[in-house]
Amino acid sequence: MDLQTVWFAAVALLWIGFLLLEGFDFGVAALLPVLGRKPADRHLMLRSIGPLWDGNEVWLITAVGAVFAAFPGWYASWLPSLYLPFVLVLFGLIIRAVAFEWRHSHHTEQWDATWTRVIVAGSLIASLGIGAALGATTLGLPIDDAGNRVGGAFSGLSWPALLGAVAVLGFSLVHGALFLALKVDGDVRTRARQFAVRWTPVAAIPLLVWAGLTHLRYGTTVTAVLWLVAALSVMVAWARIRVGREGQAFAAWGAMLVAAAATIFGAAYPVVVPSTIDPAFDLTIAEASVSDYTLTVMTWAAAVGLPVVLGYQAWTYWVFRKRLTAEPVHEEPAAPAHA
Amino acid sequence: MDVLDIARWQFGITTVYHFLMVPLTIGLGLLVAIMHTMWVRTDKPEWLRMTRFWGRVFLINFVLGVATGLVQEFQFGLAWSEYSRFVGDVFGSLLALEALLAFFLESTFLGLWIFGWGRIPKKVHLAALWAAVIGSWVSAYFIIAANSWMQHPVGVVTDDETGRPLQVDFLAVLTNNTALAAYAHTLVGALMVAGSLLVGIGLWHLRKRKLAEASTTDPDHQVWRKSVRLGGWVSLVAFVLVAVTGDIQAKLMYHQQPLKMSSAEALCETEAPASFSIFAFGKFGSNECDDVHSITVPYLLSYLANGDFSSAVPGVNELQERYEEVYGATYPDDPSFGNKAGEAIDYTPLLAVTYWNFRLMIGMGGVAAAVAAYALWSTRRGRVPTSRIGVYGSLLAVGAPFVANASGWIFTEMGRQPFVVHPNPDVAVEDQVYFFTAQAVSPGISAAEVWTSLIGLTLVYGALAVVELWLIVRFVRRGVTSGDGHATPGFSPEPPDDDTGDGAPRRDRDDDVLQFAH
Ligand code: HDD
Ligand code: HEM
Ligand code: HEM
Repeated sequence: MDLQTVWFAAVALLWIGFLLLEGFDFGVAALLPVLGRKPADRHLMLRSIGPLWDGNEVWLITAVGAVFAAFPGWYASWLPSLYLPFVLVLFGLIIRAVAFEWRHSHHTEQWDATWTRVIVAGSLIASLGIGAALGATTLGLPIDDAGNRVGGAFSGLSWPALLGAVAVLGFSLVHGALFLALKVDGDVRTRARQFAVRWTPVAAIPLLVWAGLTHLRYGTTVTAVLWLVAALSVMVAWARIRVGREGQAFAAWGAMLVAAAATIFGAAYPVVVPSTIDPAFDLTIAEASVSDYTLTVMTWAAAVGLPVVLGYQAWTYWVFRKRLTAEPVHEEPAAPAHA
Repeated sequence: MDVLDIARWQFGITTVYHFLMVPLTIGLGLLVAIMHTMWVRTDKPEWLRMTRFWGRVFLINFVLGVATGLVQEFQFGLAWSEYSRFVGDVFGSLLALEALLAFFLESTFLGLWIFGWGRIPKKVHLAALWAAVIGSWVSAYFIIAANSWMQHPVGVVTDDETGRPLQVDFLAVLTNNTALAAYAHTLVGALMVAGSLLVGIGLWHLRKRKLAEASTTDPDHQVWRKSVRLGGWVSLVAFVLVAVTGDIQAKLMYHQQPLKMSSAEALCETEAPASFSIFAFGKFGSNECDDVHSITVPYLLSYLANGDFSSAVPGVNELQERYEEVYGATYPDDPSFGNKAGEAIDYTPLLAVTYWNFRLMIGMGGVAAAVAAYALWSTRRGRVPTSRIGVYGSLLAVGAPFVANASGWIFTEMGRQPFVVHPNPDVAVEDQVYFFTAQAVSPGISAAEVWTSLIGLTLVYGALAVVELWLIVRFVRRGVTSGDGHATPGFSPEPPDDDTGDGAPRRDRDDDVLQFAH
């Protein structure tokens, strides 16, 4: 395998890692008004992702960084083609990050309610926007021969973008609900499980459609098999959550994402931005990539760095593995008195 | 304004804003880690209270650093896609490495630190903070290496086919002399920010306590006293180092980007020996060097540039001609240069901007150093200053190193114009890699789009600044909270009734470093 293919796979892997991790914190945050009826419920839900969301978000930064590092042509074609949607995503991520922090920095009902709403809005915007961007880069953008957008500010926002948007949101919502069912106790856990039982099959549809379409347009036998695995995983996730096996359901739902994303990226390969103007303008890894020298340097860095990162991130997940309940202070000698 | 101008304003505004948070994260992170270490080693309650108090300030600031850093990561693609294509072989990998090797470390271990109190062994908990701090210092290295490569592109050859730089020596990029000097300079500049913050706030609290006749023997007194002493020394020593590293940078720049430095000195004609300008006045709105007049110190500039008192320093007028000869008097008449195609190239950066930002950087650093000296002097041997002017002056001077940092960057970045990647004078002219800012902007986007994001980002950033300042001021005024000093976090002398009946935390318990730990 040549290095460009390796890095295409690495980029796909980083996006999958990002969706798997940040997916649940997007989902938990977006479900705040649905599953968190009382302030204490919402507090519990936010605690479940408190130590994790920032580390998860670095997966996005790394994925975008890797696109730039390995395929500057992709980065330079994809981002400006969806200029306003990406800016909107940035707004969503900014207000969400500060709201997580500021929410606890002052205490009135009004303050609390405001920043909770901001967290919800930011998470919805970010997950929809990132979904739109991924949908567009795998199903098509109106780019010319040089990789630049043709048409006005919204010409990139056609149906692939919309499909991607709902797919990522749908995935995140169920992913968040399953995470909560696994991570917390009490009413929120019950409601999260009910939510997952009701929505699992529906929420998977847009993602399966998106994966199916990429397969039909560019796919191979391998991607057909991957697609079937994805569809099967949805059934497994649904079956397991119905009988209350939260851990297995969460794992199966995650497997669904991995398989579906592998279908999408596998089918799209070696194209990184398909052109809706003319297939001859499709941007491929060969045109978009950096030199072999640079790819080699990065391969070494990633081969050393990535396992270390995975190791310590896994370790923090393990440190915070305990199921949370709404009455934390009594049983955990954990945080300082005022904490 | 055309897309190019709007995009430049957008980059400038968002980056300067990001760099308000960054030096505080870098500097204060290290100081909080030292405080935490002192607490683990001595078990003294004041070190714990300091860790908690300054740790909270650090965290409020950190999140805004993350939020604004995200924008930076996307900006190169959004508004500067031609630049991204051009520099891709070098620049992107440094950003990716920063994320992989530094940001993960920073955010993962900071999460562990915030939520780890009492959950993990004390020493592991301390190590988590150190890991996060190391992460931020490593991140600064990679991003500065990226920036310095634009100032002084090393380790590359020109690709004959595309005309773009091809990386051939990654190690050369990492050990770029420009990068090493800028890294050292930026880090000590960041320490000045943190030191001044400790001094200003510490003095204010000390004075308030003295006027209220509060005890000088309890740990809270020690909290503020130690903050002032620590901050004062850090600021003062950092100022010396900033001057040393700045001098190294200046000597490099006279060689690598002579026009930047001659503009910073408003030196129009070549002089031998050259004198250093203290104050300049010129015709308003003119970028003609001959319209500027200076009050000068003889010989000093020769020393700054070359380390002796006699050598010649080339002036702006001569340099402008030399650049025109080598790089052309007009932009090529090519659509990729946008409105600038076919126009004359002004190789002289905006004189007023470079000249005054250079002085503002040094001057504001001097102000902060003077305040640090005053703070150390006025708190010697247990004293507490009550001078209104002294204490409020020090509080006001907290802003000085922020301004110095911002002006340092504005000088560095605007002094590089009209290039976005400045040619490296160490290689033969035909092998040089360079790129004009006018070519760098994304071709497909419209002015309306960039206006939208510029206005939107400015409004959001403005609103964030208001809330952030309000929160920090409110938190800082309140000071350390009693109860913060228990030797064992998690062990409270009060009954553990943090929760109201429905499990929500009690509303009045709001001011703790780690309030959100549960
Ligand atoms: C000298 C240091 C320095 C400089 C010049 C910059 N940054 Fe920065 N950046 C940091 C030092 C830093 C930091 C200290 O590591 C931050 C500040 C607060 C924080 O959370 O980390 C950070 C945060 C930060 C983040 C969020 C990281 C996270 O989630 O943990 C991103 C994506 C960037 N930066 C990207 C950039 C880019 C693309 C820059 C170039 C224009 C840039 N920064 C300039
Ligand atoms: C170290 C990482 C940095 C990188 C890679 C970087 C890169 C860039 C780029 C690509 C541009 C746009 C092109 C141009 O106008 O020349 C620019 C402009 C600018 N940057 Fe930086 N920059 C960095 C750090 C900073 C910081 C920290 C500041 C300020 C706090 C800053 C201030 C500016 C300003 C004011 C401009 C506008 C200059 C102008 O258009 O005249 N930069 N920089
Ligand atoms: C005391 C004497 C000082 C000297 C001689 C000095 C010199 C310089 C020079 C020559 C540059 C431009 C380097 C370039 O273009 O690449 C620079 C940049 C900069 N300065 Fe200073 N400086 C001084 C003080 C300060 C202070 C007090 C601060 C902040 C507290 C500061 C912060 C910066 C920053 C952030 C930059 C931009 C980043 C960089 O290129 O390093 N400087 N300084």
